[in-house]
Amino acid sequence: MRQGDQQVPVPSASPPAPSPHSPDPGAPIQASPWRRRDRLPLWIVLVACAVLLLVTMTLGVGIGSVSLSPRAVWQVIVDHLAGHPKNTVADAIVWQIRLPRVLLAAVVGAALTTAGTVVQVLVRNALADPFLLGISSGASVGATAVLLFGAFASLGIWAVSFGSVLGALAAMAAVFLISRTRHQLAPTQLILVGVVLSALFESVTSFLIFRGNPQATQSVLFWLLGSFGNANWAQLPIPAIALVVAMGYLLSQGRPLNAFAMGAEPAASLGVDVHRLRRNLFVVTSLMAGVAVAVSGVIGFVGLVVPHIVRLIVGSNHRRVLPVGVLFGAAFMVLGDLLARTIVAPQEMPIGVITAFIGAPTLIVLIRRRPYLYGATQ
Amino acid sequence: MSLDLIGLSVDIGGRRIVSNIDITVPDGRFVGLLGPNGSGKSTILKAIYRVHHPVTGQVLLDGADLLAMRHKDAARRIAVVSQESTVEFDFTVLEMVMIGRTPHKGPFDRDDDKDRAIVAEAIERVGCEDMTHRSFNTLSGGEKQRVLIARAIAQGADHLILDEPTNHLDIRYQLEVLELVAGFGMTVLAALHDLSLAALFCDTVCLLADGVIVTSGPPKAVITAEMVRHAYGADVLVVEHPETGTPHLIPRRSAREGLPLSGPVRPPQIQ
Repeated sequence: MRQGDQQVPVPSASPPAPSPHSPDPGAPIQASPWRRRDRLPLWIVLVACAVLLLVTMTLGVGIGSVSLSPRAVWQVIVDHLAGHPKNTVADAIVWQIRLPRVLLAAVVGAALTTAGTVVQVLVRNALADPFLLGISSGASVGATAVLLFGAFASLGIWAVSFGSVLGALAAMAAVFLISRTRHQLAPTQLILVGVVLSALFESVTSFLIFRGNPQATQSVLFWLLGSFGNANWAQLPIPAIALVVAMGYLLSQGRPLNAFAMGAEPAASLGVDVHRLRRNLFVVTSLMAGVAVAVSGVIGFVGLVVPHIVRLIVGSNHRRVLPVGVLFGAAFMVLGDLLARTIVAPQEMPIGVITAFIGAPTLIVLIRRRPYLYGATQ
Repeated sequence: MSLDLIGLSVDIGGRRIVSNIDITVPDGRFVGLLGPNGSGKSTILKAIYRVHHPVTGQVLLDGADLLAMRHKDAARRIAVVSQESTVEFDFTVLEMVMIGRTPHKGPFDRDDDKDRAIVAEAIERVGCEDMTHRSFNTLSGGEKQRVLIARAIAQGADHLILDEPTNHLDIRYQLEVLELVAGFGMTVLAALHDLSLAALFCDTVCLLADGVIVTSGPPKAVITAEMVRHAYGADVLVVEHPETGTPHLIPRRSAREGLPLSGPVRPPQIQ
């Protein structure tokens, strides 16, 4: 597996000379801690993840009922970018069908990973994820309500995304308010409330869809398990813009995020405006989960598994986790979608099935490794 | 120059937790905040670093209103070390201490050579050089506390707030932590649990009971058997530390255990 290669540490991989010297030559003690076993330089990880993403995207566009060579794939893309698209079958397959799908999967993967990373900081628990906390299923209630009852019609193409983000916000507020005990958030309560509300929201989604159209099983499957089967170019701008805006904000808040990961009180003592940061993180999480769900339904576990893998590789410094997570999450989702449409071809598997196959065992391993987070006495 | 709390009252959940607190911490002094569990020690400290908002009163830092300052500016003057806490994420010691630089950095600033030098020096001052690249979560309680002190040093503040920093630590680390902090010459306001330890390290102590300051002054004047009985409801002997002359507590068993309580109390012989 390609990801496997990424995790092998490269100890002697020519560090980019981060000028580890101490400014005072008379104090040699300062220099020594910087040389040994420092984290892998960020740029190496970023380049590796970017290559991984390009490779998975090329495979994702190339593989299918009609397979195309990477060269043919890139030929079509280059032709289009140069403004001279050719009228071929390959062009139609790549440009009309597979490329928008692969790009959408990449954006959604990045958005869900970002949402997962942020919600983990918010609840100070590396096992949180918008899917587990019911935020994604809340978003699907919002999206289906808009689709079936035409709410927010004045917003045009933004309506579904808007409803979805609103649903995510409401779900998140509900989970947090219900599981809050006096002054603190207990992880056990939070996850339990999340799971319960998640099940409730899924039922509400199904209820709404069946009220709209009793033959709507396909549509229910889409919202509950996710799919990129309906992807087209028109769906791309909203999640892409949301991702760029959210990432811009989050990257500017890398240090406050790290401080917040210590807990709200230490963060306050480190000069972080905790109330403002928490409120903004709420909005960013809902935005990311909402726009993702609006175009692809509820895809579980991505926000849990990908940040966890990323934290294993680069540590928990969010100035590293966030950018790496975007690339890695995108690659993960592109690969997942490729599996979803090839392993039972010509049928298509909902992508939520694939991510659950990967995510559920991962979660169980994590819980068993750290049982105290779930109420076991230390 | 001093850190002054003037008439500070704090409510939590509609209940008055501390009222009318006056404390002055002159520069370079070590002031201890004593009192039983729930007497409001932490609440007072948290009002200083903005976890709680006082309903009345002021916090002045060198005469300026601390709570009106920007969050970052306040954090550049006052750092906090509280009870050893768990961190759910994997940070190395180096990364933990670098987090202390947070109030000095803008949104997209990278760690520069100056930050690295400050962080390396902070790690050195607490003697954690050999664990620089270890994961914070793999450290012992005492080691974690030293790293958190290094983080406070890297924060570059001249005031330090300690919120029961020696809780859950054994006697060696309790002494080590306080010795370390006292050695920096910073201005310290510390909530402490152990009265004998407090007497050893503090220049002034304030004794709290039920959210009000009962008495304050030099440890010798404050830590007396009557005061401890009054504030803690506990029966103790207070003797002089044979080396420093500071008050030292000796617990007694209650009369119900069949031990004589009446009669003159003779200080025990200590060699």
